[in-house]
Parts: sequence; C-alpha cells; structure tokens
Amino acid sequence: MADVNTDSGGGHGKHDKKRAKKMSTRIDMTPMVDLAFLLLTFFVMTSTFNKAKTLEMLYPADPLENQKPPKIKNALTFILSGDDKVFYYDGEFYVEGNADGKPKTELIETNYSATGIRDVLLKRNVLVTDSIEIFKKQYANNELNDSTLKKHVISVKRNAKALTVLVKTDDEATYKNVIDVMDELNITSVGKKAVVDLIPAELNLLRVKTGKAPIAEAVAPETK
Amino acid sequence: MPRGTPSLDMTPMVDLAFLLVTFFMLTASVRVDEPVIVDTPSSTSEKLLPNNVTLITIDNNGNAFYTINDGDVRIQTLEEMGKNYKIEFTDKEKKEFAGMTSFGVPMNEMKRYLGLDDAGRKEYKSLGIPRDSVDNQLGGWIHAGYVKAQTKLRDEKNKAKELNRPFKQEEMRFAIKADGKAPYVAVKEIIEVFKKQDIYIFNMITNLEKGE
Repeated sequence: MADVNTDSGGGHGKHDKKRAKKMSTRIDMTPMVDLAFLLLTFFVMTSTFNKAKTLEMLYPADPLENQKPPKIKNALTFILSGDDKVFYYDGEFYVEGNADGKPKTELIETNYSATGIRDVLLKRNVLVTDSIEIFKKQYANNELNDSTLKKHVISVKRNAKALTVLVKTDDEATYKNVIDVMDELNITSVGKKAVVDLIPAELNLLRVKTGKAPIAEAVAPETK
Repeated sequence: MPRGTPSLDMTPMVDLAFLLVTFFMLTASVRVDEPVIVDTPSSTSEKLLPNNVTLITIDNNGNAFYTINDGDVRIQTLEEMGKNYKIEFTDKEKKEFAGMTSFGVPMNEMKRYLGLDDAGRKEYKSLGIPRDSVDNQLGGWIHAGYVKAQTKLRDEKNKAKELNRPFKQEEMRFAIKADGKAPYVAVKEIIEVFKKQDIYIFNMITNLEKGE
C-alpha cells in the first residue's frame, strides 16, 4: 500500500484523537497510472515484435567470357511459369536431333503442394536425406557432437552424387514461386542449387507446353 | 454494514503497467513506415535479418525502393549521390533524409520530396528508383551506400584497434524484401544490378510459415 504507517504505538484509545489530525499519506496515483498506460499503449502500438525472417540465397556469378558452362551431374531443372505452373526435367536438355543421339527432353508438369515438387525432390535426393537421417540418429545417441554433425551435413550436401537443382523462370513467374521452390529445396536438404536463366530452346518448349506460339528466331544451344 | 471506500488500491496495477512499459521501451524498435505495402511470401527459414543491411524493397509492380540502416551512412550516401548528379543538399534536407526510411524517388525529384512534410510524402506517389541501363540510379545508390558503409566499418575497426578494444560489427548484408506477387523478372533485374558490383549473397525477407 502507498500509505506509510507512522503510528508506532498501535491503536489505543489515547492516540485516536491525535491521529485524526494527521494528513492522509495516500497519494493519488491516477495521473501517474494514466501516463503509464498512455506510454504502454504507445509502445505496444509502435513496436515491431519479431525481427524479419530471411531466406539466404546465393546467386552464381556470371561466367567469364569464353568460359564453357560447367557440366552438371545429377541435375534436375525446374521451370517456373505464370499461373503458378511448374515443370521439371531430369538431366541435361536435349533438343530434337541432338548430336548425342539422346531422346528429346520433355517437360513434366507438377505443382507447389507437398505432393508435388517435394515428392519429386525427395525421390531424387534420397542419398542425402538418408545420410542426414543417419547422422542425426548418431547425434541423438551422442555418437557425434554438434559441430561434427554440421560438418557432415554440409559435406554430404556437397557430395558429387548429390542432386543439383537448377531453377529457371520465364517472364511470368512471380517472386513467390521462386521463394516457394527455394524453400522446398531447403526442406529437402538440397545443397547445390542455383537460379539461372532459361536457354532459348527451353523457353520454346515451355511456350509450346503452355499453349503459346514458340519464338521463331530461337536457336538451338551450342553443342558442347 | 460499513461502507467500503470507493477508492481501490491501484499499486499492483501500476506495478504491472510500469513493468510492461519498461519491457516495451527496451524491446521496441520503431516500426518503419514504408512507402508501399509489401506482402512477403512465406518460407520455413528461421534465420533472422542481420542488423547492418541495405534493404531493397520491391512492390507488386516491380518498383524498387532503397534504404540503408545506418543513419550516418545514409547521409553520406546522399552526399555522394548529390555529387554524382550535381545536386547540392542543405543540412536540413540531409537531416530529413537521415530520418527517412525506404524511399523510391528519382534524383531529380529528391529535393522536392525532402521538402514535403510527412503527410505530403504519404500522398506522393513513389514509382521506384529508376534502374534502366541509361540511368541506373539504383545501382548508384547501392554502390555509394556500400562504399560508405565499408569505409565506416574500416574506420571503426581501426579505431577499435588503436584503443585495443574488441571489434564486433557485422559486415554489411543485402536484403531484398519483395512482394510475393512481384514478377520475378523485376527481382532478377535488381540482382543483376548487385552482381555488377560483385555482390552475390542476399537475404530474402520472408514470413515464417508454420512447419508441417
């Protein structure tokens, strides 16, 4: 309580008269409370509670002049288009009548749901996800410590046999599409990933697939 | 029956109120008033946004807005940009600029924009910082801000070394806060601007999505 008990003797009949003269030691706290609540409201309204969360993305540097594009093993390419459409194909891109005699690449349509691209990714990245599972189990049994676990996870993601994912977009894909795919890649522990440009042949195939006329002057990519 | 006093004991309430006031005062970081509303997509990433960032905001039409966290660096960046575009800024304008957050104004409009009051600025229709190849102002801002921030970081590092103090400041990072509906091409264009200055790592601001 805000009042201070100055009465030392305790309540006897003799003292009662004296006490009646005393001023009340109780302070009116209403203005202070008003102020406190005013400030409280102000800070509640203006404060942003949590800091923004971010997704870290690393973009590849542009290739130097007359530098050959690197040959990518275990590649999977996603092609994002408008209306939340997403296509993929495995391995390298082959145009019709290519020098290697491989069948022409076909785009397969999928979607952003958990049964869509995540399934596609998980199926192809079993090697990495399984090894990470094993490491995590070892960690749970105290066979590995924290930093070794991290090191193992990073090295298995960089393994030559691990899946490499390329994300390509046409002019109609939205930013959300790209973030969704990158997020799925994080969920499925794909370590090697890059957002790159479409090659003209891919764009043409995509346009045909989405029911648009192919661009006439598109040329086939140079054979390596 | 004795009449109860109409005044009640407010002490616990006041205690609580002040506790909360103190808490909010200490944890608060003032909400930045952005010139555009941006609805960021969600991801499962839990990485926090670093403190020392250059932030590029991209609205759903693909317009770019720029800001840099550090107020001092922001003023130096404006001076540098003024030098490049032969515009002299007064001390008052610089002060205005330091207090401002994200902006999307071309250089020739900057003086007028800084002269506006808060309400006028809200009404001002920002169309983003130009970034075409003829007049790449966004690139200019990014470059000037980066150089100034690096200089400041180095100066502080040297100072700390002289005084034998530990130095604990983060390097400048680059964050992109884009609307989910923004065309990815716009984001790509801005990343190209960064790439020209050998910047390849970005923090994409997202909402936290509850994991399944």
